Amino acid sequence: MPTDGYLRLIEQLYVTGVVSLDQALSCMIVLKHEIRYLFLGLFAAALGGVLFGLLKKDTEIRKRSGTWLLIIAFFFVGLGISSKLTTWFFAYLSFLALREYIGIIDTRKSDHATLFWLFPAIIAQYYWVAIDWYGMFIIFIPVYLFLFVPLRLVLAGETTGFLRSASVIQWGAMTTIFPVSHVAFLARLPTHGYAHGLGYVMALLVMTASNDVFQFISGKTFKGPKIIPKISPGKTWSGFLGGVFCSALLGALLLPWLTDYPRVWGAVVGALLSVCGFFGDVVESAIKRDIGIKDSGDILPGHGGILDRIDSLIYTAPVFFHLTRYLYH
Amino acid sequence: MVLLRTLLHMLMVRPLMWFLLGGKVEGRENLPSSGPAILAANHNSHLDIFFLQSLLPVGALPLTHPVAAADYFCRTKLTTWLSRNLIGIIALSRTRASFHEDPLAGVKETLRAGKIVIIFPEGSRGEPEMLSMIKPGIAHLAKDFPDVPVIPVFIKGLGKSLPRGELALVPHLCRAFVGEALKYGYGEGQNVRKFTEDLKGWFFARADQQNSAGLTNR
Repeated sequence: MPTDGYLRLIEQLYVTGVVSLDQALSCMIVLKHEIRYLFLGLFAAALGGVLFGLLKKDTEIRKRSGTWLLIIAFFFVGLGISSKLTTWFFAYLSFLALREYIGIIDTRKSDHATLFWLFPAIIAQYYWVAIDWYGMFIIFIPVYLFLFVPLRLVLAGETTGFLRSASVIQWGAMTTIFPVSHVAFLARLPTHGYAHGLGYVMALLVMTASNDVFQFISGKTFKGPKIIPKISPGKTWSGFLGGVFCSALLGALLLPWLTDYPRVWGAVVGALLSVCGFFGDVVESAIKRDIGIKDSGDILPGHGGILDRIDSLIYTAPVFFHLTRYLYH
Repeated sequence: MVLLRTLLHMLMVRPLMWFLLGGKVEGRENLPSSGPAILAANHNSHLDIFFLQSLLPVGALPLTHPVAAADYFCRTKLTTWLSRNLIGIIALSRTRASFHEDPLAGVKETLRAGKIVIIFPEGSRGEPEMLSMIKPGIAHLAKDFPDVPVIPVFIKGLGKSLPRGELALVPHLCRAFVGEALKYGYGEGQNVRKFTEDLKGWFFARADQQNSAGLTNR
């Protein structure tokens, strides 16, 4: 952290009696808010890239860039204003994803009431985040909602296709609510050292999004043997390894700056997130192929649906969250 | 009362519809901004009325009157008052009191006043997300008003969001496809059966297109 030097300087000033304790503490608090300026810097960089895309003649690239601009603005409002708002911002993201998921799955008429209960579950899950109740947050969906779903389906009294419906609904909760709420909880992790929870969120989101781009670009550049041609014909081994390499490089640069991870760990985490992002991507692809659709929706012009955008996050968010929590908290 | 209805719609119905159901529209330019016009839509849910109203331009809203079943919406004095004044429905009796009484009298009067009428030609909501037979009632109406455009609207997803017999609303992305206006007076060799068939053909073609496009509502 570039903040380290300044903090040591303030400490020295206090010890040598140049500033009072009050002054030293308020300076330190201001420095902790430096993270917000880092945000501004990253957003400015992202914005620059997008504006560059908007100037291109290709309408497809312009449409995509325009949507990126909206997504960035959306995240800027969601993350930049207050940590309470951040929590509910991710709740809204879960809502959008779940709404889309329900639209693409095959459901029975008797599943209706059970599907309804997933929406109050979003509110409950993010409420646990908002009150920092980790124990409840981590078991609510995999245990309580897991037990509730078949129970409600039984009450609806239809046995044909029961297991299928139960699984499809569980999958919806586990992929649209659970991983996204991990990002929200990451923002609320208690400050450790001088790093702020938002720094971790920013690191995760930037790493996940740029890994998608790295894998896409290196897949286009380096052809070669395909990894799983049946599911994702565009994914090659060289593209995958290129993505892992670029992400490790970015991790080594970005993580020591935004978080408490030292440089070596930054590279390891970057590579790990890259592998996880790849898994998320291909798992979502397999699901879309199973359903028989290409994109999960068309809410984001040029990108497809919300689920198409957050697919990598399904794997990267929980892994990054638990690694960080294990190592630092 | 029109002001109250518009306010309620703009502050509550429209934002809620957008939040819960999204509301993508294809062919928005075919929607009428003034009357008289007939909007003919498929019917799967109680939400249909609100969803269709929220697609229309704000200016057209006070002119819009959905045709709804009297035996359902006018069971008590309170629901009658609410649905007439706040939703603007025209009550249609599904049982005819006498043979000489015209069940569409209220609808015709509204059209003569230059307003927009929303009609569900299937008659009832039926099975969720299934098209049932288009009844010829709409064609009889169109015959009496040969110059009034009949605008077909295919709406999708609402039967999944709030099907018949369910209390809970499940948020779900719905969409609407607005077709080009059909006019009774413009078809060659027009008759009631042909008009009904044309309209039915449009709806079934839309439903088939949806099923083969992949983004189905299975």
